[in-house]
Amino acid sequence: MEKEKRNLTGLWFMLPAIILVIVFFFIPVIMTIGISLTDMSSVTGFSAWKWVGFKNYIKIAQHPDSITNFIATLKYVSITLIFFNVGLGLLIAIATNHLKNSIGGFFRAAWLLPRITPPVVYVLMWSMLAADAPYGVINQLFRIPFGLSTTNWVPEYAFLFIVLVNGYIGASFGMIIFSSAIESIPKDIMISSLVDGASYSQRIRHIIIPQLRWPLLFVVTYQTLSLLTSFEYIMILTDGNFSTEVWSLWSYHKALNNYWGNFQYGFGAALAAVLVVVGTLLGIIYMKYFRFDALVQEPKIDEL
Amino acid sequence: MDVKLKNLTKKFGAETAVDKMNLDIKDGEFVAFLGPSGCGKTTTLLMTAGIYKPDNGEIIFGDRLVNKVQPKDRNIGMVFQSYALYPHMSVYENIVFSMKLQKKSKKEMMLEADRVAGLLGIGTLLKRKPGQLSGGQQQRVALGRALIKKPELLLFDEPLSNLDARLRITMRSEIKRLQRDLGITSIYVTHDQVEAMTMADRVAVMKDGKLQAFMPPVELHEKPRTKFIAQFVGNPPMNFFDVELKSEGQNMQAFHSKFTLNLDSGRIPGRGGKNVVLGIRPEDIAIDPSSDIKAEILIVEPLGRDDLLQCRIGDLDISILADPKEKHRSGDMIGLDMDSRSFQFFDPESDQSLLWY
Ligand SMILES: Nc1ncnc2c1ncn2[C@@H]1O[C@H](COP(=O)(O)OP(=O)(O)O)[C@@H](O)[C@H]1O
Ligand SMILES: [Mg+2]
Repeated sequence: MEKEKRNLTGLWFMLPAIILVIVFFFIPVIMTIGISLTDMSSVTGFSAWKWVGFKNYIKIAQHPDSITNFIATLKYVSITLIFFNVGLGLLIAIATNHLKNSIGGFFRAAWLLPRITPPVVYVLMWSMLAADAPYGVINQLFRIPFGLSTTNWVPEYAFLFIVLVNGYIGASFGMIIFSSAIESIPKDIMISSLVDGASYSQRIRHIIIPQLRWPLLFVVTYQTLSLLTSFEYIMILTDGNFSTEVWSLWSYHKALNNYWGNFQYGFGAALAAVLVVVGTLLGIIYMKYFRFDALVQEPKIDEL
Repeated sequence: MDVKLKNLTKKFGAETAVDKMNLDIKDGEFVAFLGPSGCGKTTTLLMTAGIYKPDNGEIIFGDRLVNKVQPKDRNIGMVFQSYALYPHMSVYENIVFSMKLQKKSKKEMMLEADRVAGLLGIGTLLKRKPGQLSGGQQQRVALGRALIKKPELLLFDEPLSNLDARLRITMRSEIKRLQRDLGITSIYVTHDQVEAMTMADRVAVMKDGKLQAFMPPVELHEKPRTKFIAQFVGNPPMNFFDVELKSEGQNMQAFHSKFTLNLDSGRIPGRGGKNVVLGIRPEDIAIDPSSDIKAEILIVEPLGRDDLLQCRIGDLDISILADPKEKHRSGDMIGLDMDSRSFQFFDPESDQSLLWY
C-alpha cells in the first residue's frame, strides 16, 4: 500500500520527462512509420494518398543506391565514432588531464569553439581550407610554396573530409564527458597506482580507462545515434555528392529536398524508419555488451 | 633502508607548505609525523613518495639521491586515509597489482597474495570488490597491497582516521607489530598525538611546514622544546600561566598574582628573563587540602580511570586529574599541590623552552 503510493509519487516527478519523450520521440516515430506505409508525395498531396503496405520497404530493398548508401553510412559512422568521437575525445581528455590545470582547461575550451560556431560558418571554414587552386589554405600554404601539385581537395577526398568535419566537433563531446569522469577519480587512487609501480601509460590502461565504462557506454551510444541521424555538415559540405550520401541525408533528399521537386514523403519516411530500427537495435546491443544493468545496480554495502 | 631529508622545501604558489625540513631516519625505524592539519605532513610524505617534486633540498634513500626518481622506481608502499583501493578490481587483483605490473607469474602472485593475506587475516575476502568490504577490511587490504612488494619504505597517511575508535586501537597495535616483525622503515603521518606517541620510535613534530622537534615519544613528553609541543603532546593538555621569577635567599620562587610556587633546585630555567610562562600537566597536580592554593571546581569530566576537573583560581583556568573515588563535584573548593619537579618554563616571546635547548 505504502510502497505503491511512493511509486505513484515517483511517477509525478517523471511526468515532465515522460511527456517530452512522448511528444518528441514516440509520436514522431509513430507518424514516420505511419507515413512510411503510404504513397504520400508531392503528387498525392496530403489528401489523395493511400495505404500501400510495405511497398516502400520493398522499394528500399530493391533500390540500386541502397547498398552503396548503407555502406557509406556504416563506414562514416564507425570510423568517425571510433577514431574521433570516442578515440580522439578520450585522447584529449587523458592528455589534458596530465597537463597543468590552466593549460589543459584552455586547450579543452579551445576545442569547444567549433561547437558554438554556427554549422554553416564552421563548414565554410573547412571549404576555404580545402578550396581549389589558386585558393584554399592547404594549396596556398602547403602545396604551392613547395612546388607540389594542387587540387580541389573536398571532391578528391570527400569521405575523409566528412569524417574530419564531424569528428573534430564530435570529439569535444566525449572530451567533456571523459574529462569530468577522469577528474572525479579520487586523487589517492591516482597516486596509489604510481606508488604501486605503474608508469603513466600503465595507469591509463589499468586504472583510468576501466573506470570510464559508464561514460564510454554513454558516449558510444549517444554518438552512434547522433552520427546515424545528423547530416547537416555533410549536406553543407558535399550535399551527398562524391559517394557521401549517408542514409539520413538520403532520407532527407527523398522526402524533403528532391531535385525534381517530387517530395516522396512515404519513401523518405520508410528510409527514416529503417534508421530508427537500426539505432534502437544498436542501443540494445550496447547495453547488453557493457552490462548496463550491472552499472546501475545499487552497491551491496553503503557504509564505509 | 635509512632515509634522509635535507633542507626539503615545497612551495605552492606563494605559500611554503614545507620549509627546510631536515630529518635522519634510521633503517627499520618507525617515525611519526605529528602536527595539526595543514602543517605539511602529507606534502612531505608525497615528496618522499616522488609524487611532488621538491622545490629545494634532497631526499636520500640509503646513499641514493632519489629527487628525480619516479615513484615506481622507489620501492615504497603507501597506505592512505581513504584506503584508495581500485574499485574495479577484486581484493586479490588489488593486492597483486604491483606484481602484475612487474609481469610476475600467476603462481608467484598467488603464493605472495596468500602470504600477505595470511599476515593480515583477509584470506576469505580475496574474491570481493572493495565496495563490499568494511572500512577496517579495506584498510587491511590496502596494507596488504603495500606489503606485497616487500617495500624498503612504508608511508602511511593518517591510515586510521576513518575507522571507529575501537578498531583504531586494534589496528594501531597490529600495524606496529607488523612493522616491527618485518623491520620495514616507516613514516606514519598523523594528527593524533596518541597514535604518534604509542606507535613511533621517534616523533617528528611539525608546525607551519617547519620541523619543531624530532625525538622519542617519552622525551617529547618530558622535555618539550617549545610551548607548541608541550601543548600538542599529552592528553589532557598542559596548563600554562604567566609567572615572575624571584630569588628568595637560596631558593627561587615563581610569583603568580594569586599564589607563589617554590621551584625545585634541580629544575630552574637556565636562561631567559624573570617573566616566564610556567607549564604543568594535569597529572602533576595533586589535591591537597592543606595547600594554600585554593581552586574552585567548575566542571567534572569523568574520563573513566580519572576525573578531569576544570578548576579556577581567580581568573586562571587550570585542569587537573583526580581519582573518581574522591567524588569531587562542581562548586567544591579544593587545595592544589603542584609538583615543582615537573614544571616546564617557556619564553613568553619566542615560546622556546627555557629548560631544554
Ligand atoms: N596540491 C596543493 N596545491 C596547493 N596547496 C596545497 C596542495 N597540497 C597542500 N597544499 C597546502 O599546503 C599546506 C600543507 O598541506 P598538507 O601537507 O596537506 O598538510 P597536512 O597533511 O599536514 O594536513 C596546506 O596549507 C595546504 O593548503
Ligand atoms: Mg594530510
